[in-house]
Amino acid sequence: MEYFLQQLVNALTLGAIYGLIAIGYTMVYGIIGMINFAHGDVFMIGGFIALIGFMICVVLGLGWAPLAILLVLLLTMAFTAVYGWAIERLAYRPLRGSFRLAPLISAIGVSIALQNYVQMAQGARSKPHVSLVQGGFNLYSANGFDVRVGWLQIVIVVVTVALMAGFTLLINRTALGRQQRACEQDMKMASLLGVNVDRTISLTFVMGAALAAVAGMMFLMYYGVIDFFVGFLAGIKAFTAAVLGGIGSLPGAMLGGLLIGLIEVFWAGYFSSEYKDVAAFGVLILVLIFRPSGLLGRPEIEKV
Amino acid sequence: MKRFFVTLGTATAVAIALGASAGWAQIKIGAAGPMTGSNAAFGEQMRRGAQMAIADINAAGGVNGQQLQLVIGDDACDPKQATAVANKMVTDKVVFIAGHFCSSSSIPASKIYKEARILQITPASTNPRLTDEGAAEGNKALFRTCGRDDAQGMVVATYLLKHHKGKKVAILHDKSTYGKGVADETKKAMNAGGMRETMYEAYTAGDKDFTALINKMKQAGVQIIVLGGYHTEGALIIKQSREQGLAAQMVGFDSLETAEFGQLGGAATNGVLMSFPPKAENDPANAALVKKFRDAKYEPEGYTLFTYAAVKVWADAANKAKATDAAAVSTALRSQKWSSAVGALEFDAKGDVKNAAYDIYVWKDGKSHPSTK
Repeated sequence: MEYFLQQLVNALTLGAIYGLIAIGYTMVYGIIGMINFAHGDVFMIGGFIALIGFMICVVLGLGWAPLAILLVLLLTMAFTAVYGWAIERLAYRPLRGSFRLAPLISAIGVSIALQNYVQMAQGARSKPHVSLVQGGFNLYSANGFDVRVGWLQIVIVVVTVALMAGFTLLINRTALGRQQRACEQDMKMASLLGVNVDRTISLTFVMGAALAAVAGMMFLMYYGVIDFFVGFLAGIKAFTAAVLGGIGSLPGAMLGGLLIGLIEVFWAGYFSSEYKDVAAFGVLILVLIFRPSGLLGRPEIEKV
Repeated sequence: MKRFFVTLGTATAVAIALGASAGWAQIKIGAAGPMTGSNAAFGEQMRRGAQMAIADINAAGGVNGQQLQLVIGDDACDPKQATAVANKMVTDKVVFIAGHFCSSSSIPASKIYKEARILQITPASTNPRLTDEGAAEGNKALFRTCGRDDAQGMVVATYLLKHHKGKKVAILHDKSTYGKGVADETKKAMNAGGMRETMYEAYTAGDKDFTALINKMKQAGVQIIVLGGYHTEGALIIKQSREQGLAAQMVGFDSLETAEFGQLGGAATNGVLMSFPPKAENDPANAALVKKFRDAKYEPEGYTLFTYAAVKVWADAANKAKATDAAAVSTALRSQKWSSAVGALEFDAKGDVKNAAYDIYVWKDGKSHPSTK
């Protein structure tokens, strides 16, 4: 029981990070029907910007953790959002209306470019980071086994749930959300009705990048390391989460992220840590065979 | 007429090119290792060591009167990239290669160097298969300046049997040739001494979240973690163990020996044990050499001096053989005992160093110190 509880706590934290990244994949897919393969690397960029932000805080002598974290969070979201906007403007918008695979290939190109850019600018080594939030408490103890919960784990889950709720409200209740849903349904019709399609898509990328930035910062604080390659595996896992939950569906991305986290951790905890990725991807294959549109996705209706 | 001028021009250009290469006769040698990627800290050790050795050799008159020129290869510890680097070295016509770092890179690369008759001395690949397979295939031009994992595993197992007999041991490895190899050698020696492991698990290199594995060890009451893997994952495992409330003692191997391990793992690395050859940088005989590195703002840690020694011993042997071809230099290398920055080197028929020693070190405040136990 206590062992199960501990693994569950860790799985939820991991799943929350995957879910945050997965939202970025799912939002972009929902609107323009393209997989933004550079999204994992935007997450990595977010981690690096957060690292630089924390260093600036240290230089400026900002020792009070909540203030430093809030400042770095805003800084990271702002800068990463600029990356997201620039990527869309430079690499995807010129290809809109081109054949379907063109932006996909462009996305893979952006991914490689971002990785190499960070490798050259920041070096190839893992960068350590001493987290401002440390420690935790024993949730429950039994049979000589303490269930540890870190403060940071609580922060991660709370922030994720809050952002998730915020973005769902934004999509469902605001004018911008309405425009996004309009673009999702029919881009041409939306533009005829006065929706600025280009701006809406740009804002979608900006939002996705800002969420990836939060995930990158959480990742940096939780694991205490970052390198130029972390975006690749995290991106693949988050993409899997988005597909598992039903790509295009916001709650689906969150659910998929949590599921991937749970499968990985419990497989490693009860079977073998060697094949945990195999387990996660195996479940994806099963879901795609029996429910091709994912758990919460709507079956795609061919538009005529 | 125009045709004539073109021909004349080409001929002149060729003549100039030939003249230039003859005037600047240089011997190309290679150093290959993970210059990028998560093991880049070790790549830097190799690059620094090789550069310093070449500077010293060239200042002392070069090899057979010719100056040395260094070609750096980056394999990122990826076997596929290692064979590409090896082929590049062949086209660059290097006569000697100091490398590679990871055993999983050195082994496939060694087959290419054998075909091309390039002499290879690895300063850091400790997996026994490298020279065992090399010898079985008749590769006489393959050497190492470091020890082997069977020796290293034996030292760690002996230490565990002496100080921690009866405790619960988890053996972890990263599935790499080196990591699994050294973990298995330790397991073998430990089991032979009558000590059984509680857990034997693999993890994936590049992973960042080890909490599931750590809790599994916590649940099993593991007291000792034997880690067959590189420092980036090692640092995360020990750090996350402390965060998850697992107080086990970590015992690692030579691949932890970089200051980066202490930086990545922070305070959690205090008390981590590892095996490493006797540290040459602390040897008073190397004081002048170590000072040169420090003047260049570099601490010659880990495999820096092993790479320095690999290049230096090759140059000494080539000077003795008065040749640079692999066969002649190999014969010269085996002909005598060489004094080097990492102590006396005597190569056996397989190309391994005779009597390679390993000591136990303990990490404290971001540095490893000889263990007093």
